[in-house]
Amino acid sequence: MNPLIEFQQVCKYYRMGDSTVVAADHISFEIFQGEFVAIVGSSGSGKSTCMNIIGCLDVPSEGTYLLNGQDVGQMNKNQLAEVRNRFLGFIFQQYNLLPKLNLVENVEIPLMYAGVPKKERRERARRALEDVGLGDKWRHRPMELSGGQQQRVSIARALVGHPAVILADEPTGALDSRTGREVLGMLQDLHSQGHTVVLITHDNSIAVQAQRIIRLEDGLVVYDGPSDAPDAVVTPRAPGAERRARP
Amino acid sequence: MKLTESLQLALKNIVSSKVRTLLPVLGIIGGVAAVIVIVGLGNGLETYVTDSFASMGTNTLTVSIMSRGSTRTLDAEDMYQIVDDNSQYLDLCSPTVPMMGYVKIGSETVSTTSSTGVSEDYLEIAGMTVASGRGLQYSDILTRAKVCVIGAYLNQAYFGGNAVGQTLRVGGQSLEVVGVLAQKGDTLEEGGSDDCLYLPYTTAERLSGSASTYTVTMRDEDYIDESIAALEASLYEVFASDDYYTVTSMAEMLETMTSMINILVGVLAGIAAISLVVGGIGIMNIMLVSVTERTREIGIRKSLGAKERYIMQQFVIEAATTSALGGIIGILIGDGLSAAATAVISQVSEGSLTVAPSLGAVLLAFGISVGIGILFGYLPAKKAARLNPIDALHYD
Repeated sequence: MNPLIEFQQVCKYYRMGDSTVVAADHISFEIFQGEFVAIVGSSGSGKSTCMNIIGCLDVPSEGTYLLNGQDVGQMNKNQLAEVRNRFLGFIFQQYNLLPKLNLVENVEIPLMYAGVPKKERRERARRALEDVGLGDKWRHRPMELSGGQQQRVSIARALVGHPAVILADEPTGALDSRTGREVLGMLQDLHSQGHTVVLITHDNSIAVQAQRIIRLEDGLVVYDGPSDAPDAVVTPRAPGAERRARP
Repeated sequence: MKLTESLQLALKNIVSSKVRTLLPVLGIIGGVAAVIVIVGLGNGLETYVTDSFASMGTNTLTVSIMSRGSTRTLDAEDMYQIVDDNSQYLDLCSPTVPMMGYVKIGSETVSTTSSTGVSEDYLEIAGMTVASGRGLQYSDILTRAKVCVIGAYLNQAYFGGNAVGQTLRVGGQSLEVVGVLAQKGDTLEEGGSDDCLYLPYTTAERLSGSASTYTVTMRDEDYIDESIAALEASLYEVFASDDYYTVTSMAEMLETMTSMINILVGVLAGIAAISLVVGGIGIMNIMLVSVTERTREIGIRKSLGAKERYIMQQFVIEAATTSALGGIIGILIGDGLSAAATAVISQVSEGSLTVAPSLGAVLLAFGISVGIGILFGYLPAKKAARLNPIDALHYD
């Protein structure tokens, strides 16, 4: 089976004035269909860069990113928009719902850009809202909902186009611990239904809810393995210490 | 994503920020309204001028003889001969001899009346009819009869409506009123088209000197150039020079007047259109603000798969809709002002001038306002479409 997401020596450089910042330094990993992966790291570790590249919001400076076998690095802006629309479902920390639209109008946006006829996309958006338990609130505006409810709307929006990958960027960051657990539970449910979920977080206690952890530090992968291994959540002090910890 | 959906989205956004949208659109509203009123005024003026010329007859030619300095002269008999010679083009002819003297009725002097010596055909040429009494006759011309016909104003104002049979004096000559003309203008007024007097040109020539202008009618208005050419050829034979006569046609004068009105309207409308440009810049400004405000929304839409052209389309349509709404309001206001102007003009002056914008002008104004929206919305839309989705998503 071919991997769904494949990073081959992916590098990303940013220019900051005179100096060049290496945000991703020859990162390689593969994520297969149906996996639940947490990409974890502190701020500046390169996890946001990874998330942007996986999400086709950005392209690698060097190396190759294959999504479903397609080389994203070779695509133009329009093709990237199409790939985001068809293959990716985003869940953001700040929910990122449009405040002027009601829930069903928010959820149907990906379908609108996919060219689905209005009647059909209304129906599908209503069903997606029902799936997250908000079917009766479809007329409401996002601001009339609690944070947890808003995040469920954004999950519905991420799912409505049946994407290959659900990409969740700190999905619990703005929620209290109880609603955060609820949202994580929903991601685990999605995983058990066969969805591929990639979770980006800085929080170890959230990362361990995934099946597999990819830990980044200073643009390097320092751990890639099951989330229940003893060294999965250890923050190594130095690359040397990390190397000793791994067999 | 269809255009209708973009349009709905645009309307939604406009409605949600009414005041902010309305203010920059005021320029468009004012510009469109002004253009509509000015064009309407121009149309009204043109209709008015055309109507006045039509009542004088657009099939008439005016011949002016300036024989001073020439050894040759041309009198009324010669002119009649020329018209006869060119009878395939020319029909009626009348000398017109302006009288300098005032009209005296009893002990009163009327200084406003225009008195003219004419032939028996003149009333027909000028499209006038006799209301009571008779018109001038050929025998009056032959006998240099001391008679005249007067306009409805003199009849009403000085004879109480019973002028026929009475006498008056012009330039010291006593004349008997033999006929009264039917009213021409909408109202009777001093110095107006009904304040006039016509006497036989032969009689007038004895008082004011021989005729130097002639009014000639054409058989067919479609042959203006041929008629003028024929007339000029005959006149050239008489004078052996083209320095001593001019031939002008009413149709040409009408054309000149109309083109002058059109130029005037064009200039005024152009000035009014500056306001449209100002309005367009206002719309560009508000769209730039809107793009900045909605950076995050643009980021979200892009992350969900919006291509650049969808974002572009959304903002251009929003600008065009905003501007078009201004255009529609401007058209309504312009129509209202036109109706008001018509009412005011008919109150203030005697002439009836209808200020009515043509459908073409209305459609053009609407089209221009949409065009301005697209033109000035393009830059902000381009800015929106080019935003980097990552930066846009994290914009606060």
